[in-house]
Amino acid sequence: MLSLVNILSSTGALASGPSIPPAEAAPELSWAGLILWLPLLSACLCGLCAIFKVRNKLPAIITSVCLATSFLLVVMLYGRHEQTALVHLFDWINLAWAGEPGQSFIANFTLYIDSLSLLWMLFVTGLGTLITIYASEYMEPDLGTGYCRFFAGISIFLFAMSALVLGDNLVLLYLGWEGVGFASYMLIGYYYQRASAVAAAKKAFIMNRIGDLGLAAAIWLIWTNLGSVSYDTLFAIIQQDPQASSVGGWSTSLIPWLLMIAAFGKSAQFPLYVWLPDAMEGPTPVSALIHAATMVTAGIYLIARMYPFFMMEPASLQAVAWVGGFTALLAATIGMAQYDIKRVMAYSTVSQLGYMFMGLGVITSFGAVYHVFTHAFFKAVLFLTCGAIMHGFAGQLDLRKLSGLIHIKGWRITSITMLIGCLWLAGFPLTAGYFSKDTILAQSFITPGPGFVILGWIAVLTAGLTAYYTFRVWFRVCLGPVHYEPGDEHHGDDDHHGDGSFHPHAPRLAINAVLVIIAAGAIVSGLDYFYADEVWVKEMVGDSSAMHGIVDSHGDHEEHHSLLGMDPHLAMYFISGGVGIIGLVIAWWLHLYRRQSADALRARLLDNPATRWLPIAMENKWYVDEIYNAAIRLPLWILGHALSLIDKLFVDGLLVDGIARIPRALGRVFQPLANGVLQGYAVTMVGGAVLILAWVVWFWLKGGF
Amino acid sequence: MTMLQLVTSQAVIGSIEPANPRSIEICLVVSAVLFAIGLVGFLTRRNIIIMFLCTELMFQASALAMISFGRMHLDISGQVFVIFILTIAAAEAALALGLVVLLHRRRETLNADAWTELGEC
Repeated sequence: MLSLVNILSSTGALASGPSIPPAEAAPELSWAGLILWLPLLSACLCGLCAIFKVRNKLPAIITSVCLATSFLLVVMLYGRHEQTALVHLFDWINLAWAGEPGQSFIANFTLYIDSLSLLWMLFVTGLGTLITIYASEYMEPDLGTGYCRFFAGISIFLFAMSALVLGDNLVLLYLGWEGVGFASYMLIGYYYQRASAVAAAKKAFIMNRIGDLGLAAAIWLIWTNLGSVSYDTLFAIIQQDPQASSVGGWSTSLIPWLLMIAAFGKSAQFPLYVWLPDAMEGPTPVSALIHAATMVTAGIYLIARMYPFFMMEPASLQAVAWVGGFTALLAATIGMAQYDIKRVMAYSTVSQLGYMFMGLGVITSFGAVYHVFTHAFFKAVLFLTCGAIMHGFAGQLDLRKLSGLIHIKGWRITSITMLIGCLWLAGFPLTAGYFSKDTILAQSFITPGPGFVILGWIAVLTAGLTAYYTFRVWFRVCLGPVHYEPGDEHHGDDDHHGDGSFHPHAPRLAINAVLVIIAAGAIVSGLDYFYADEVWVKEMVGDSSAMHGIVDSHGDHEEHHSLLGMDPHLAMYFISGGVGIIGLVIAWWLHLYRRQSADALRARLLDNPATRWLPIAMENKWYVDEIYNAAIRLPLWILGHALSLIDKLFVDGLLVDGIARIPRALGRVFQPLANGVLQGYAVTMVGGAVLILAWVVWFWLKGGF
Repeated sequence: MTMLQLVTSQAVIGSIEPANPRSIEICLVVSAVLFAIGLVGFLTRRNIIIMFLCTELMFQASALAMISFGRMHLDISGQVFVIFILTIAAAEAALALGLVVLLHRRRETLNADAWTELGEC
């Protein structure tokens, strides 16, 4: 395989890449620990609320105050930030059996505060606070224990996510990694009376376990090969002697592959993506916060953080790029054919995460992180508007049964913020989503790699599909004639007009305010692209390990990095903008201007035997779940039942019960002797004594004594 | 030196002559016959009092055997044992007859077959 590092190092590029700044201990920042402890405190207080059966909005107030304080602390930390700082909170795992390197295992509760972790913390705590405020209204029907449980789950999630992002070593990251997995499981299964929610929670947990295994193995390999799990030490070792750490043989080159599996599990990439669409069984704020904006980007964070390891093994980055691009296309095609708007958003999340991985793979970690940042805002808006619709229309999410929302009183804000989310997701020209996506797309034409140009065109196609399915939702739901049918979840206040007909209840202040703030955030997230020399996100990524060994391609516009005779970045503005607008126009034609033509097109595809499979396969999600079921779940099920049968028949039946049957049978033989008749016992005793005596006499006569 | 060892020591019984083996044989046969009568009586009779008397008979048979062997070996501990056996048998007889009275009050019968509650089948 083409070795990327060789190409880069032959041009002297690798050596000129920015170095990772060493971290300095900063005991004066010890208050930063509160960023972790406040969500933990809030989780405990929500638990107390559940114990004392609080039936008002107290848990929501506690959580939003704690998270808001946490966010303010992050902002203060950002204000004080000059260089990478280490804040030691307390000793956690501190084992050293000899002074030599590699003879210790040290994983302390220490925060690693650099620009990358600060960037992540800013949007994690910020969106966490806003979505908590949103949820205080959204979760109203569940006031009581469910309300406490929900906010405790959100708090646990924020604690674990902070530990994941801020931890200075891989073991602390692993703690957070498992913690967010648990919080996700707990909140997907929030409606635990519903069998589908329980199944979805289990599916998410089990799929994540596969990835977690990769992470655990990677941490073990890193420790055995490099003797440390702390970022600072690891980066120092790699920078000092990049050759020495790469000649460790297969076990060192395995590290990025294992980290990749971990990232694919948590960030829902092929083949481990199927849990994310099912995770929409949870309450919508959870989908927005955990399964769109923050937790699913943990995989991107992991790869960005451990980027030096990936740069040593270029084949792994190429795999990341291809898997990401493939997932983006696959999920986009599935999203095109779904009728449940929340599922469309779920598949678009998978698809956008695919873009981010592609960005990491084609070596623009800036583009990937930029897309993480912009995506967090617009995808949160989209999910929250879906949630508002679901809340107002009694759980209705079918885009065939909702229409013309913008004309209904009280739904204008929802419709307009949803439009902003859709424009940003579709990559409409001059939006933040457009800039961040273009960075990734253009880079795939610049970086040399196996088929990266093809990959770039696939991603361009996916951008068009994204615009189509996004606006399919918006044109269907928000524009057109007013028409709606309620869903099947009835709240007490739906029917307050007393005439028996259904009246949607429009979102109130908390939901509307949060929608407007996050939509404003989405707009702001791309503004500095117009006036700043260097985008803020790029500055934030630039000082961290995510840029290790990356050449800044802005300096040299070489001829062979050209696309259609132009600089790829410039060309991509036109190509991706044009593709996005084409997708939008097709959606407008099929779903607003002539709505019946969409059904007609589908019917025509179904009539033609050559294209019949296409809509069927897309509507059935390419049968991936069914394939997994037949190829993995069913064999495991059969194996499990076969082993269970062996256990029951052989181990339990023959060995355990069989041995137990021997004394029981013997007992049954001698049982008649114990008949309760006194003289019977006496006869038995005398008979036994006589037998012993006879044996002694016989032995004596034989001359034995 | 304990009292028992003092009493059975050669110094005390050293002056006694060895017994005639024939007379000891007779004593042992009488003992065996007594034991057999007691045993057969215990196994064949159903009356609790008779059964109890049969056990007493077996006791005395074993006591007789012990005295005979003690005489044979010029060892006094056989006789000591018998004194113990007699004492304990007296106490045990009081208990056993008390039990017989109680059993009789419960079932109005002295038949041992009336009591089979402790059987396993």
